[in-house]
Amino acid sequence: MKTFTLTPARLRGAEIVFWLALASCFFLLPDKLTLMSQILIFGLFAVSLDMALGYAGILTVGHAAFFGAGAYAAGLLAKHGWGEPFTGLLVALVVCAALGYLLSYLVVRGADLTRLMITIGVCVLLAELANRLSGITGGTDGLQGMAMWPVLGLFEFDLYGKTAFLYAFGVVLLMFLGVRLILRSPFGLALRGIHDSRKRMLAIGSPVESRLRMAYALSAAVAGVAGALLAQATQFVGIESIGFNRSAEVLIILVLGGTGRLYGGMIGALVYMLVHDAFADLNPEYWMFWLGIFLIAAVMVGRGGIMGALSRLAKRSAS
Amino acid sequence: MGIVIFDGVAYGMLLFLIAVGLSITMGLMNFVNLAHGSFAMVGGYAASVLMSRYGVGFFPALAAAFVAAALIGAVLEFVFYRRLYKAHPLDQVLLSIGIVFVSIAVFTYFFGPTMQPFQLPPLLDGRVSLGGLEVGRYRLFLIVCGVLVLAVLLLGIGKTRYGAMVRAAVDNQRVAAGTGIHVQRLFFLTFSLGCGLAGLGGALSLGMLGLEPSFPLKYLVYFLIVVCVGGAGTVTGPFIAALLVGIVDMAGKYYWPEAGAFLIYVVMIVMLLLRPNGIVPRKGIA
Repeated sequence: MKTFTLTPARLRGAEIVFWLALASCFFLLPDKLTLMSQILIFGLFAVSLDMALGYAGILTVGHAAFFGAGAYAAGLLAKHGWGEPFTGLLVALVVCAALGYLLSYLVVRGADLTRLMITIGVCVLLAELANRLSGITGGTDGLQGMAMWPVLGLFEFDLYGKTAFLYAFGVVLLMFLGVRLILRSPFGLALRGIHDSRKRMLAIGSPVESRLRMAYALSAAVAGVAGALLAQATQFVGIESIGFNRSAEVLIILVLGGTGRLYGGMIGALVYMLVHDAFADLNPEYWMFWLGIFLIAAVMVGRGGIMGALSRLAKRSAS
Repeated sequence: MGIVIFDGVAYGMLLFLIAVGLSITMGLMNFVNLAHGSFAMVGGYAASVLMSRYGVGFFPALAAAFVAAALIGAVLEFVFYRRLYKAHPLDQVLLSIGIVFVSIAVFTYFFGPTMQPFQLPPLLDGRVSLGGLEVGRYRLFLIVCGVLVLAVLLLGIGKTRYGAMVRAAVDNQRVAAGTGIHVQRLFFLTFSLGCGLAGLGGALSLGMLGLEPSFPLKYLVYFLIVVCVGGAGTVTGPFIAALLVGIVDMAGKYYWPEAGAFLIYVVMIVMLLLRPNGIVPRKGIA
């Protein structure tokens, strides 16, 4: 049997194939485009969580706070007369980056337990806020009446989700490349160092706290863009886009794919959403049962999710 | 004014009863157990089913709730938890969220999504006059229970041989094991005890919070606030924090209903800023 080794060139090839395969869905699965856009968006959301959790090692169970904040920011902008998509994304990005940077002062200090608590607390607080300010956010009915302008002034959002898919694909690819650039930069390497040994990074003079704060803010910004994308693609913001359940969901997606790996979030979203779609007729309670079983199994048996299993396979065949 | 504080105290006691078990597992054993509310739910449903289907009295049902939750806790500790005492907190979070999801699904499957019916026993029904205040008997009973449990735990952890062994094992497992303490058995017992207390609290919450399958998620944040603001691993910390949370939440909902639900989170964030390790930090973690 011929051995197969993963060289950098082959990895790059695999990456290109991955994105081309996603893009080809536009032609191959024309009636599944809405689902595919959601997969892309949740993939981006999971990648943003991975920046904070997998790379910087900040334990957070409240990342939906930023996803929701971004969604509401873009949604409110569009509802009140400015439906230009890219400015919507930019506003969401800026709002969530600022929010994340402010919160990072609370999140980076303290022990894991306090951190967990603050992130859940802030997330529930924002969810409660979205629920109470129903005059602005629509409360449990969700934010309706968004009117999106054509992308680049040329492409109308259509009923079949063609424009939405291409738009989401383009934005997610760009954001993903941006995240990859950041994580491969010296800054990203420093994050890895902090994740592995905080003490050693302190000892070599690395400004650990400010780096973690920056990572958290960046991750919040990316999550906000993902939220805004979902709002624009569906022209609706539901109250469930913010809150603990959504946070748990994205955590599941990331763990399914594999934490601390660039493609973990994307692969996790792909598998999770496809399975979710296949089980869509199931009662939500039973769906929850299987999710729970999966989480327990993930901790007990599988380490590193799908990407972990793949890299183990690759190593085995290489040796 | 007086009645709001009294009701707040009663509510706080209930939170304390449920959360003190979480303080033990989270602080003493360093396990981030988000599934604590599920154990409370087990106790609550056990009590409710015994009372409504088998006509068991309220007080025996409370005891049964303790036993049922402790048993379930023991089984889960044996199968899952004991493998993860030294694992990364993320793994503990994932496992316990998984247990929460499964428990919600299972309870919905067997009991339906609606609130459990509950009839107060005649002894605890009605009101009683206390220092010029007409207070609910059930709430008074909750306060008595809370103080009793506080006293028992303080004595148990501070004065008994068992408590000394737990404290020793938490400070340094290896040395404790070297002196002949069976650490694994000790943690097993302590975890079951914490779950039993949760079950008791769950049964008592039938009359105040109501019990439905979404209970573990609905009140998760409250239990966590009580433990984190109070100081994980202590007994007095959660007691003080639970009173604070109970009174603030009750007063907020009463006097300022539009913003009542936020007040508690604001208090939490301010408290955690001022004292990141809780009101009563555990010795050793400065």
